[in-house]
Amino acid sequence: MTEGSLYGERITLGEPPLKAGEILYSLRDVSVEYGTRAGPVAAVDHVSLDIRKGEILGLVGESGCGKSTLGKAMLRMISRPGRITTGELWFDGVDLVTLSERRMREIRGARLGMVFQDPMTSLNPLSRIVDHLTETIMTHEPSVSEAAARDRAAQLIGRLGLREERIDDYPHQFSGGMRQRIMIALALALQADLVIADEPTTALDVIVEAQFLDLLRELRDEFDLTIVLITHNIGVVAEVADRVAVMYAGRMAELASVNELFLDTKHPYGQGLLRAVPNIELDGTELYQMAGAPPNLLHTPSGCAFHPRCPAVMPICSQHQPEFLQREGDHYTACWLYQDHPVKPGVHDA
Amino acid sequence: MPDPRPVQEFQNDGGEQANLVEVTDVKKWFPVQKGFIASLLSRGHVDYVKAVDDVSFTIKRGEVLGLAGESGSGKSTVGRLVLRLLDATEGHVKVDGVDLGTLKREDLRKARSKMQVVFQDPLASLNPRMTVGQAIEHPAQIHLPDTTFEERKQLVFELLEAVGMSPPDFFYDKYPHQVSGGQRQRIVLARALITRPDLIVADEPIASADVSVQALLLELMIKLKEEFDLTYLFITHDLATTKYICDRIAIMYLGKIVEIGLLTEVFNNPRHPYTRSLLAAVPVPDPRHRRTEPLPQGEIPNPINPPSGCRFHPRCPIAVEGVCDVEDPQMARTGASEDHFAACHLRTGAYQHLDRRPT
Repeated sequence: MTEGSLYGERITLGEPPLKAGEILYSLRDVSVEYGTRAGPVAAVDHVSLDIRKGEILGLVGESGCGKSTLGKAMLRMISRPGRITTGELWFDGVDLVTLSERRMREIRGARLGMVFQDPMTSLNPLSRIVDHLTETIMTHEPSVSEAAARDRAAQLIGRLGLREERIDDYPHQFSGGMRQRIMIALALALQADLVIADEPTTALDVIVEAQFLDLLRELRDEFDLTIVLITHNIGVVAEVADRVAVMYAGRMAELASVNELFLDTKHPYGQGLLRAVPNIELDGTELYQMAGAPPNLLHTPSGCAFHPRCPAVMPICSQHQPEFLQREGDHYTACWLYQDHPVKPGVHDA
Repeated sequence: MPDPRPVQEFQNDGGEQANLVEVTDVKKWFPVQKGFIASLLSRGHVDYVKAVDDVSFTIKRGEVLGLAGESGSGKSTVGRLVLRLLDATEGHVKVDGVDLGTLKREDLRKARSKMQVVFQDPLASLNPRMTVGQAIEHPAQIHLPDTTFEERKQLVFELLEAVGMSPPDFFYDKYPHQVSGGQRQRIVLARALITRPDLIVADEPIASADVSVQALLLELMIKLKEEFDLTYLFITHDLATTKYICDRIAIMYLGKIVEIGLLTEVFNNPRHPYTRSLLAAVPVPDPRHRRTEPLPQGEIPNPINPPSGCRFHPRCPIAVEGVCDVEDPQMARTGASEDHFAACHLRTGAYQHLDRRPT
């Protein structure tokens, strides 16, 4: 399909179009807090992260690590009692935090797409698929006629491997894998540059999951998409991601290319996590058993939040928080094993 | 303290080779509910969801049999049939030599103390108003009525220790919402063990846990199996975890077992094309890994109206027209071992000469 005929004029924010590899979205020092009766919970705690155009960035971690909250923050979709307390969200040369809600709504959908775990909660059961797609297109591009919107919807549905005549069906008539394709179609209908996919394959069976991951990779190439793939499934990340960010207790623990992260893991949390993942291809029949459980964010441990579970813990780890620093090349980690601190030798001696 | 539990006579000697569970030609067909007008129009014709259609297998005492398949394959229904939480439409389920289908209500209740179940979501399995201690003790009140409260409390403490929740008195008075998800599943396991069962049907027991917790629960289940002489039917959609706990594995597709055998044999030498695709689709946590097997097209079909012949034929890469879409393949022995069976015309059946891509 050619861009000119199918899509309307795109909303631009500030900068000229980016080339692959340039930074499309930059999170600077972002924190998100949820107010609870027991006190504020820092679900995301001073996270900085650059997302490059055209990449699939895997964002992994266990439940409660803040990965979904970070994804929502990127769309500025944190709802009360949560709020973004610090930081900037630079997308295409504009800090989204400073935009009005109305302007933000235009950008959501048009430039930033989203796919969630359960497509049935994102689709209106009373609307046909075609209505979902045409409504999205015509809301954001009022000049497009209904017939043109319908054409675009049918083409997209066809591209995603569904029969085009099925656009007149209702969501319940589709299987889980198909519904997830429809969610992607909604993101592509307006040619979003960045799709944030939060556990998109978690509810799918393995074969359908593999099909969907293949499709994501194809779409990235074909539509020049950038994808943030939020998942707890380490295997999924290994299959599709170009770079991987590991989160723990609301903070970034490690960030590297997928090969480096898997083959030369730096952070002890990442190391333990990778050894605890069942691997059907390995001969061993023992899994690494990481001590303890993910922390309660109401009482995040002092210093490095991982220190109570860390096999390589040092005295400094419970006293000072390590910084998230570039270690070598493109590999970032937040761990005292790899950085100096003025008090580090002294604490050691003590 | 003397063990307060009554000594039960076993029907068989409990030796290594004895079958604890024997499932023979079991079917479970659920009638499809229709509206009034539709039922008039169909003149009494009833459609069925053939959730389980002619399934047979055995589990030896002390063994872990994995039952794997995609959603809608019927694996959970098989689990419920084994416990007689559902009545089979046809066929027999024997546990410890007793045909559960023949048992009267009271006898079935007694037999149930020997079989327990663990489900995926421990929060749904635990009563939010019962403390951890009460929850674990509850089955003992029913099945071990001759015990005193003090004896039962002692048992609960021992079990809390056994499932790694120590000190037990710290957890005894907690409520389910006060402990973590992994600990809740430990409580469910402890509760399952208090009647000293032989068989545990575990339906996705670790699926809702985080990766680091999954590994701990899996190791705990292996430890408990040794300590309490358990036999597991381990139902899961996650083939990667079966490798760490199962001795044998059965692969289900649309209500039928398509392949069964020793785990190592099925994984290293899968005979059924569906098993091959399923294994190939499992995500591998290694970025160097590349998928070698093509993925089947589409998704698992509707079990109300399953495909004719071999149910996998519309998606099968090697299906042959006139054979696979016509005849229903039977389980046949295959491979090097005595116990490896698969149901595929081209790989294990009478049409192996038609296989254009032999493996």
